[in-house]
Amino acid sequence: MIAEAGLAALWLAAALSLLQLVLMIAELRGVVAAARTIRAVAVVQGVLALTAMAMLLIVFARTDLSVALVAANSHAAKPFVYKLAGAWGNHEGSMLLWVTVLALSGALLALFSRRLQQRTLIAALGAQGALALGFYAFLLVASNPFARLDPPPPQGRGLNPLLQDPGLAFHPPTLYLGYVGLSVAFSLAVGALLTGEVGATLARAMRPWVLAAWIFLTLGITAGSYWAYYELGWGGWWFWDPVENASLMPWLAATALLHSVHVLAARGALRAWTMMLAVIAFSMSMVGTFLVRSGILTSVHSFAVDPSRGTFLLALLGIYVGAAFLLFALRTAALKEGPPFELVSRESGLVANNLLLSVILGVVFVGTLYPLLAEAVSGNKLSVGAPYFNAVAGPLALLLAALVAVGPLLAWRRERRPVAKRLALPALVAAAALVISLFAAPQIGLLPRLGLVVAAWLAPASLLPLVGRNPLRAPLATWGMVVAHFGIAVALVGMAADSAFTRETLAAARPGDKLSVGPWLVELRGLAPVAGPNWTAVEAELRASRGDGVLVMKPQTRFFSDPPTETNEAAIDTLWNGQLYTVLGKPDEAGRWQVRLWWKPFVTLIWLGGALIALGGLLSLVGRAWRGWRKARLT
Amino acid sequence: MKPKNQRLALVAAAALAVLAAVLLAMLGLKDRAAYFYTPADIAAGKAADGKAMRLGGMVETGSLRRDPDGVTVRFLVSDGQARTPVTYRGIVPDLFREGSGVVAEGRLDRGTFVADTILAKHDERYMPPQLGNQAAEHQAGTTLAR
Repeated sequence: MIAEAGLAALWLAAALSLLQLVLMIAELRGVVAAARTIRAVAVVQGVLALTAMAMLLIVFARTDLSVALVAANSHAAKPFVYKLAGAWGNHEGSMLLWVTVLALSGALLALFSRRLQQRTLIAALGAQGALALGFYAFLLVASNPFARLDPPPPQGRGLNPLLQDPGLAFHPPTLYLGYVGLSVAFSLAVGALLTGEVGATLARAMRPWVLAAWIFLTLGITAGSYWAYYELGWGGWWFWDPVENASLMPWLAATALLHSVHVLAARGALRAWTMMLAVIAFSMSMVGTFLVRSGILTSVHSFAVDPSRGTFLLALLGIYVGAAFLLFALRTAALKEGPPFELVSRESGLVANNLLLSVILGVVFVGTLYPLLAEAVSGNKLSVGAPYFNAVAGPLALLLAALVAVGPLLAWRRERRPVAKRLALPALVAAAALVISLFAAPQIGLLPRLGLVVAAWLAPASLLPLVGRNPLRAPLATWGMVVAHFGIAVALVGMAADSAFTRETLAAARPGDKLSVGPWLVELRGLAPVAGPNWTAVEAELRASRGDGVLVMKPQTRFFSDPPTETNEAAIDTLWNGQLYTVLGKPDEAGRWQVRLWWKPFVTLIWLGGALIALGGLLSLVGRAWRGWRKARLT
Repeated sequence: MKPKNQRLALVAAAALAVLAAVLLAMLGLKDRAAYFYTPADIAAGKAADGKAMRLGGMVETGSLRRDPDGVTVRFLVSDGQARTPVTYRGIVPDLFREGSGVVAEGRLDRGTFVADTILAKHDERYMPPQLGNQAAEHQAGTTLAR
């Protein structure tokens, strides 16, 4: 019954999204006045999608094995949290989550965008309906999450043990809120292009959406990176895996959009440019969804699905992106030109930011899609990995980070003050960092060294917007910018330190053996069997000592029975100056166990920096919302 | 700048950015893309020494050896026509065993493939245990066929 109710809710929601589109066309042609109706329809559509998602959660919570999806991905003996999270740990469920977020975004847009011009809002809701319609069709035709099995199997197949982790409960929903939240920016851009009302009002309506989506994307990527770091047991935090790139590309586009929408809101400039970025940002989300969900990739995340789904998704992608670009091409010449600015100005700085981000996006995009293209055209199988991305995107990202120090110091329209003077101190710090690194660590690579120097330049420079005024009276949005930019420097130190100073030891050891890694001496004390709710494991006891400090670490090799798999549970200990990372491998015939140890100085700064960047976004969002609310109350 | 010129300048800058991205990407891809080879390709001399590449095939039954250090493994990868010796220092993934498919990343060094990474297939969709081996074989088969 519950599965059928969920399916019915989906069909109804699909019908309403079609109605939304039809009402939009009727309204814009002046056939009917449907402003109130279209808002109500968008809200009900959101509620229906949420209902369908709730129904799926219920069948997973009950382990209702007559639902094919549950039988294929769940097991009665699984911990309850993972039964729930398992609802989106599979293709159909995660697509349903995707559509639910899309529909909810539309509902929130209908409820809260009062200050936007009415016609543009209606056009945007129609566009949002059109987007939703396609993805409902995809669910109902090619990926029905509520399909029944008759007869139901006696037991489910279980969930991949790698996915049985708190990360799964958090990572996909966060990432989807970011991915799909960008759909609102897309719809607003399409709506504004349809009505021709591209200006500061639109930008102010669009900004909170972009900011919110960007915060979620930042958090999702940061959390995903940490999850991969501790769960895979490979000691790395970013693998340039196509699925990781699929989330990085919308983030890069959203970061560019975030900055250009600010120019549009504050100065009314960069109109066509911002609309283009809004279209590109969500297009990247759809490209990402296509890459991940079509099963076209072979990667650690790849999903075994049939090709019809890929074709369907590709068709949707082609229709939406093609239509938006066509609209852009037809309408952009009619847009009014924004106010002018000089070469040295805040606007120019933000244009430079946008250009660099676009180039990085292009480089990641080509690198990610090139293997697919090459295989389709010439039949050659190849892969593009870290050597390419680090060498090509790395220097560009460093250049961008270096410019981040300068941009916020420039005035709107034209800069007449000597900015270089204010940057003297950061320049001094950077030079000192370079000299110290050359003496203290002459052997490290060029890119990590430059990373440290740029971080030393950016960290003090990012605080300058608060200098020369009372920092407590500075707007919250300014604090947000400062925190986010400082976060870039923090993350940069973590990345550079990890690649420059990581020490690794790999050895086979008997109980009693001592291994050294970096400043640590690690003794394998013994091995013991342990058991969890749905796994058994061999656990090593390691005693790590450095000076007089002693740590006891217990990495495990776990065996799951449903489905039968083995995973390595790394034991990680976080100290103020780094992480000790230990993995237990396999035994050999002589009774020795493989042990892999890493000492990673300051690696935690990577995720701390990511969290700071997201926090900066949050401060900015709250600050602007608060201001808008106060203004609304005063008038 | 006059508004008209400003728009022109922005369009030019955007076009330049796209061009720069494509050029940079193409230059980077030229020597950094890792091609996929089978042992037969390597026997035919198609793969150059020292270049990053991927090797795919089956781990030949009875060929798996472990060095005295306990962490280096040596095995032969075969595709039915030729065999390539592989060495790998590290912890092999769970699905790695003799007679099953494997993809290794690394480079050729005088006829021996030195692997940096052995790829594990982490898949959320698991086959029932009795079908597992068949599925693994099937997977390796499609990898090779593609």
